[in-house]
Amino acid sequence: MDKKITGRVWKLPDDVDTDVIISVQACLLPTVKEMSEHTLEKIRPELAKQAKPGDIIVAGRNFGCGSSREMAPECIKELGISCIIAKSFARIFYRNAINNGMLVIESPDIPDSVEDMCEITVELNKCVTIDGKEFPIPNIPENLLKIVQDGGLVKSNQKVNRARIKGGNT
Amino acid sequence: MGHTLAEKLLMKNTGIEDIKPGDIVITHPDRYLTLDVYSSHVLKKYNEMEFEMVKHPEKMVLVSDHIMPCCVPKSDPRVYNSLLELAERTGATDIHLGEGICHSLMHEYRYAKPGTLVTATDSHTTTYGAAGCFCTGIGHTEYASVLGTDELWLKVPSAIKIVIDGKLPRGVYSKDVILKIIGDIKADGGQYKSMEFTGSTVADMSMHARFTISNMSLEAGAKCALFEVDQKTADYFDMDLSEIDWIKIDDDANYEHVLHYRAEEIEPQLSCPKGVDDVNGISQVLGARINEVYIGSCTNGSIEDLAVVAEILKGKEVDRFTKVIIVPATNRAFTEALRRGYIKTFLDAGCMVSHPCCGLCCGMPFGLMSDDEVVLGTNNRNFIGRMGTKKSMIYLASPAVAAASALTGVISDPRDLY
Repeated sequence: MDKKITGRVWKLPDDVDTDVIISVQACLLPTVKEMSEHTLEKIRPELAKQAKPGDIIVAGRNFGCGSSREMAPECIKELGISCIIAKSFARIFYRNAINNGMLVIESPDIPDSVEDMCEITVELNKCVTIDGKEFPIPNIPENLLKIVQDGGLVKSNQKVNRARIKGGNT
Repeated sequence: MGHTLAEKLLMKNTGIEDIKPGDIVITHPDRYLTLDVYSSHVLKKYNEMEFEMVKHPEKMVLVSDHIMPCCVPKSDPRVYNSLLELAERTGATDIHLGEGICHSLMHEYRYAKPGTLVTATDSHTTTYGAAGCFCTGIGHTEYASVLGTDELWLKVPSAIKIVIDGKLPRGVYSKDVILKIIGDIKADGGQYKSMEFTGSTVADMSMHARFTISNMSLEAGAKCALFEVDQKTADYFDMDLSEIDWIKIDDDANYEHVLHYRAEEIEPQLSCPKGVDDVNGISQVLGARINEVYIGSCTNGSIEDLAVVAEILKGKEVDRFTKVIIVPATNRAFTEALRRGYIKTFLDAGCMVSHPCCGLCCGMPFGLMSDDEVVLGTNNRNFIGRMGTKKSMIYLASPAVAAASALTGVISDPRDLY
């Protein structure tokens, strides 16, 4: 994961639920790639087609509320979105995003200070820069940062299991 | 310093003597549930993680309920088969196929018990908090990790105490209480927190009524929604109260907020189509037109809910142009409703009765709405397009409001029928 990301903002409202991010019907498609074509189609139908690698979602309160479906952060990641900033996250979405190696940042001020499609820069555990103005952001807890830096929980576990086998420690 | 219920349950599971909100603890869940929809994803992640074996396959519960029976031949049989494949790969033996909704089965089969810690790949895992069980949802990657490690990290939540005292008026139920609370604290009012319920109204409630509140608390973002245990809890789980009576709120526990409600002041409540926290007393929405009524789900599909509906519909006919779909939450509830004659009452009244499953609440496999159509459901969420097209509309209410409205085809007050 890069320590510094610059990307274009997709601005979203409060209470974006996981049904809106990806419907249960779309979740039944065989691959995340196919599912991701339906990401956020109910509120931003152009997003799935136009999202570029590095883009950043900036949302209001309670982002990812509702269902536990992990396809929500998986689809957002599949589109190349590098980071999500929100006033607050629903807890299962937050865990799922981290477990998929996706950076999630809570900030009370940033969402009200950005415009849709503007460019911002995120520096991990330091600040977000909007129009030359720096907004401090909280540190990500150490146990979660480790998962993000490993590239997600799959790789984290893989690393531990491979080291165990190599060390002959059963 | 005393402790909240969440703290006590996490102390019990971890063996750590004193914990406080914000601490990160490693727990060992007593049970872990996953479902048809997530099985193929769990299996894929588990394989990629390169674990040698599942540490405790006996802790697993697998339920096929969201897509049961299969509806779309292109995708659904694959989902069903992936659950069987997961069972075979892991050695899980507690498997329920088409027997009902997972959360209702989790307490009905006593998998989720007072004093234990349970996790599942579903948001409404908060349901068994009503039994004094610490239970909360996770995603499918984390579930795969739990299979290999038997560990789940949790941040000790801060807590809100909700004290409800007095006697609920006739026609007002636990669903109205939790809708009222969500309307007040909003869809993120319980975010990351433990919502803990106490008071004389709560003490009077049945276990099923309490499960409704714990289930629906997730819609306020709660991490868990806990109740103290009493003789009713012990009886439901066939346990000795003295084994579990430590699951009580300490007088000097530290709560972030305390909310007080008087039961007598609560009228039937409806969550309106703008969002789950757009809650209005029924007097504000009386007479609104509906096209369909859905009675069921892990929130309100129990035998007690069916009894409330049967009492209202007995000897009457539902509105001719309103589709009324009733789905018991589990086969046991269905069987008991048959035995008591409720199913005949429903059929005689002109309702459709379907097999136990998540049904319309998860947007399948039947009863979906098209643009501008309105459904009144007893389930737990009314997100845009959840039960049909994005221009369909969803009201959420108690089974009594649903049954009264089924008779008229417009939103109606059950208190007028007594």
